[in-house]
Amino acid sequence: MGIIKKLPVYAEKVPGGGIVTTSIEKVLHYGQACSVWYLLFGTACCAIELMCTGAARYDFDRLGMIFRATPRQSDLIIVAGTITKKMAPRLRRLYDQMAEPRYVIAMGGCTVSGGPFYYDSYAVEKGVDHIIPVDVYIPGCPPRPESLLEGCLNLQKKIKQQKLSDWQK
Amino acid sequence: MTEYLAVLIFVFAGVGIVLFTFFMSRLIRPSNPYPDKTINYECAELPQGSSWIQFNNRFYIFALIFVIFDVEAVFLFPWAVAFGQLGLYALVEMVVFIVILFFGIFYAWRKGALKWV
Repeated sequence: MGIIKKLPVYAEKVPGGGIVTTSIEKVLHYGQACSVWYLLFGTACCAIELMCTGAARYDFDRLGMIFRATPRQSDLIIVAGTITKKMAPRLRRLYDQMAEPRYVIAMGGCTVSGGPFYYDSYAVEKGVDHIIPVDVYIPGCPPRPESLLEGCLNLQKKIKQQKLSDWQK
Repeated sequence: MTEYLAVLIFVFAGVGIVLFTFFMSRLIRPSNPYPDKTINYECAELPQGSSWIQFNNRFYIFALIFVIFDVEAVFLFPWAVAFGQLGLYALVEMVVFIVILFFGIFYAWRKGALKWV
């Protein structure tokens, strides 16, 4: 069970086995990067830009990104909008319910650092990285769809650079 | 007999391929369940009560009677749109149709199906 986690360890013992690991690594992460399904999750105005990016003009689908209505099927959660202290445990729960490997994009000023408007509010979480580990930060208020697309391309680059040995953690 | 043997092989192959695929993915994939991950997904809220919700079976008869109006609406709307070209004949036809449906609901009414016992 879970051979993929032990594969690099086993393959190292065989001469030339590293080729197997690296080839699988390449194919696996290429496929993963080209089918990043994101969770339907939007809490504020950034969600409008997210919807716009998903619609016909910016066409998220061409990057292989399709929205999913359940965390069980999603690889990515785009935190689009202000996260209040009340929302924070829910965000954590959603993140927990996603299957690994899972990725997080913090979209907009509110998720990066608490936001340009709410920075002195007692009710707002000052950055989602206090709750969940963030892979890509996209500043902006809200970021334009082009920024979101660039963020997603950066995430794809990041996924492609992964190693199989990362899975052992 | 040999024809049925082909069917048997087909069934075994079909079931076998599915089981093999499930087994292989179970063998390869990493698995990391923990309590926070395995709780029911209820839009990030903590699940309240059991997910095994039961409905009163009396709703069934109401749903069935609702279907009468449903079917009536399905036929009434296209009929109303095309009424201009159809004329008197279609009017009589529709009245007959509605009367038949109303006969059904009156029957259910007489039988006491609309009463919540």
